[in-house]
Amino acid sequence: MIKLTINGQAQDVDVAGDTPLLWVLRDTLGLTGTKYGCGKALCGACTVHIDGAPTRACITPVETVAGKSITTIEGLSSNRSHPVQQAWIELDVPQCGYCQSGQIMSAAALLKQNPKPSDADIDSAMSGNICRCGTYPRIRKAIHRAAELGSGGPQMSSKEGA
Amino acid sequence: MKKLLQANHDVPVTGGDFTRRGFLKTAAAATGGLVIAVYLPACSKPENAAQGTGPAKQVTANAWLRIGTDGAITVLCDRSEMGQGVYTALPTLIAEELGVAPSSVKVEFAPPGKEYINALLGGQVTGGSTSVRDAWEKLRMAGAEARTRLIAAAAKDWGAPPQSCSVADGYVVFTSRRKSFGELAEAAAALPKPENVQLKGRNDFKFIGKPQKRLDTPAKVDGSAQFGIDVRLPGMLYAALAQPPELGASVKSFDGAAAQGMPGVRHVLQTSSGVAVIADSFWQAHQARDALKIEWAAGPNAKLTNASISAGLRSAASGKGKEVRKDGDADTALKSGRRFEQTYELPLLAHATLEPQNCTVEFRDDGCHVYVPTQVQQLSQQVAAQAAGLPPEKVFVHTTFLGGGFGRRLEADFVPAAVECAKAANKPVKLLWTREDDMTHDKYRPPARNTLSGTFDSGKLSAVKIHLVAPSITSRWFPPAVANGAIDPFAVEAAHNFPYEVPNVYVDYLQHEIGIDVGYWRSVSHALNCFAVESFMDELAYEAQLDPYEFRRSMLDKQPRWQMVLDTAARKAGWGHAPSGRHHGIALMSGYDTYLAQVAEISLEGNKLKVHRIVCAIDCGQMVNPDIVHAQAEGSIVFGLTAALFSEVNIAGGRVKEQNFDSYRLLRLNEAPQVEVYVVDSTEKPGGMGEPAVALVAPAVCNAIYAATRKRIRKLPIATQGFTV
Repeated sequence: MIKLTINGQAQDVDVAGDTPLLWVLRDTLGLTGTKYGCGKALCGACTVHIDGAPTRACITPVETVAGKSITTIEGLSSNRSHPVQQAWIELDVPQCGYCQSGQIMSAAALLKQNPKPSDADIDSAMSGNICRCGTYPRIRKAIHRAAELGSGGPQMSSKEGA
Repeated sequence: MKKLLQANHDVPVTGGDFTRRGFLKTAAAATGGLVIAVYLPACSKPENAAQGTGPAKQVTANAWLRIGTDGAITVLCDRSEMGQGVYTALPTLIAEELGVAPSSVKVEFAPPGKEYINALLGGQVTGGSTSVRDAWEKLRMAGAEARTRLIAAAAKDWGAPPQSCSVADGYVVFTSRRKSFGELAEAAAALPKPENVQLKGRNDFKFIGKPQKRLDTPAKVDGSAQFGIDVRLPGMLYAALAQPPELGASVKSFDGAAAQGMPGVRHVLQTSSGVAVIADSFWQAHQARDALKIEWAAGPNAKLTNASISAGLRSAASGKGKEVRKDGDADTALKSGRRFEQTYELPLLAHATLEPQNCTVEFRDDGCHVYVPTQVQQLSQQVAAQAAGLPPEKVFVHTTFLGGGFGRRLEADFVPAAVECAKAANKPVKLLWTREDDMTHDKYRPPARNTLSGTFDSGKLSAVKIHLVAPSITSRWFPPAVANGAIDPFAVEAAHNFPYEVPNVYVDYLQHEIGIDVGYWRSVSHALNCFAVESFMDELAYEAQLDPYEFRRSMLDKQPRWQMVLDTAARKAGWGHAPSGRHHGIALMSGYDTYLAQVAEISLEGNKLKVHRIVCAIDCGQMVNPDIVHAQAEGSIVFGLTAALFSEVNIAGGRVKEQNFDSYRLLRLNEAPQVEVYVVDSTEKPGGMGEPAVALVAPAVCNAIYAATRKRIRKLPIATQGFTV
């Protein structure tokens, strides 16, 4: 049994320790908001937070995150109230939507660390997340908008990095 | 794909019946074909479809609309949502006529059904940027008919004249009286089909053409949107599939003993497309797949390489193709002046949908249930039925959200093995392709080798000849459409409707197959042909020592929609006034009943290319959702720029070399240019917007590179032509 803390809840999982966290989240725990895109940390679709840091779940063996705080898109807020989610809704960022959990988790981590990122900061933090539909212009705008909405402030879910 | 060759422009089309009417006629006559021959169950009829689900009955008003006795409105979306916005746009058409806010309706994906056939394509297909064009009158009429019935039911109850009743926010209203749609739903459904159904006038639209939020956004920001890969069924197992690395090869023999003994593994079996491992989790199946020992039998492509494909196209190109268009006598004109001729080459490309191909199947007492992100419900149903050994009416296709489509999910090659796995396991099974499986087993965008010739007479362009050489997708995908010598309409786009007023124009298409399957890829042959035509027009402008914008503009006197977008793009981009160190290139195209022009703004430091800005002007007729129109243009430009700069699929020994996003590079946020989209006011019928903006990016950027360097790029991608990107 591996003891995990996911979205503030303790979870014991009975899987091989080298199983990537992605498949534990998706198949074992049913948290399918975190996506598989490449399996090699090339696309960012599987981005989750480990103790607040954006991490590619597809190459993270589950045994290495035992005891750490894991946040997935499902735990970012309980009601889409995170400023990044609000900004994404306001600007209708998603098209197909498949990459957006990862985009949102990367953006949320950026804003937590850097509440007023410049375009260069956004370039640096978001270049690991591919969007095949090409929503990049809106992602950039939405991150600036989320900064205005006060990312990292009181609207942040209490589950985040608890 | 709409209207095929007769779209956009009144040029007489000769050489084969491939007007839209002709295509549909062909399609309707087909019996042994791929799509049209499939079984199409009829939808529930109003009289037998009031179903009890919970406290409120759901009353079927028509194929697209259910009204609950509690007033809840459900719209069945009969096109697949892959990012292009049909989940919002199609319900908006019905909601408009019902007088309810689109945000108040619930949306479900429709099953396969003959009511849902796309009249522009002859099947239940999401493709060809046809969804809104096909639905524009049909779905407004469906909403208007339901409204007419609801009003009639209320008016009858009140003894009031129907013409004095109206609808508002889910009620029928007459003076101070009102009744909810829910109260009226059953009575309305029982009425005879109304006559004199009136559509709302354009000036009365409350939602169409107005800012409306996407209906799928909330589910796409909290992880709850269900894509195919997210389907979970009780007791479900997971399958990984080993497919032949060489395209077209097959399994000779395999030893699954080692895989069978690995943790979680339940079954190892040979399927119609490779060897599958079924396990308790996908990771276990994936790990065990690596332990399979498979001997592959080489197929016909064992010696295929990029070089052999290019050589084949080059060799074929000396032949004569089928005539697509003939205005005047281009050959004679070309002989009388100095002939200017160039050839443009495009590579194979992968779709690379971010959600890899997948399919989940469960056999139940009533038949086979298939959960699939598909662009063609009937094709999925048909191939699943064949694999299941069941009649199609025993196969139930449940469409999920699609994590990208771009034409990849017009194929159903990932469906049969999932059915075979579920049948063998006697449990629900989700089959998932890895990224590497997906990249190496695509139906790639066809390569092309297009040669254009032109000549001037007294300083005016007097002849243009366009010789298109490429494989035909439709000859595999829907053979009846190209039967009896008909030209594949999806091979000649953006060439057949050459807009410039030149007295002698000749277009021909030479089909040359390359041994591997090619598929429809966002914007299809528009991207292949627009690159050639708009690069060549640029070359001719320089040859004539004229400004590339003015040169084009001077040959569009009778083409107001083309003029308008060309002028708008040039003006908004500041054509002729590029900032210091920056350079502009322009391109013009019409496709899917939409007219577009783009200006790319670039700079170069040595050979290092930077694309700073792309300005796109669009006339797509009446917009249903303006913000989605903008979003599609923005995304298409990023998609087109990716292809222009980097994308190329390389083949050696019949195997695709690119495996993942390290070798098949996709544009990233830090590389994305500023994109500006300007939509001109138009009251024409809606044009398609899912694809066309893709096709102009490569010529606009390459024309800008020429403006900067006097180096002409005639082969894509740009990264292989001496530039760093």
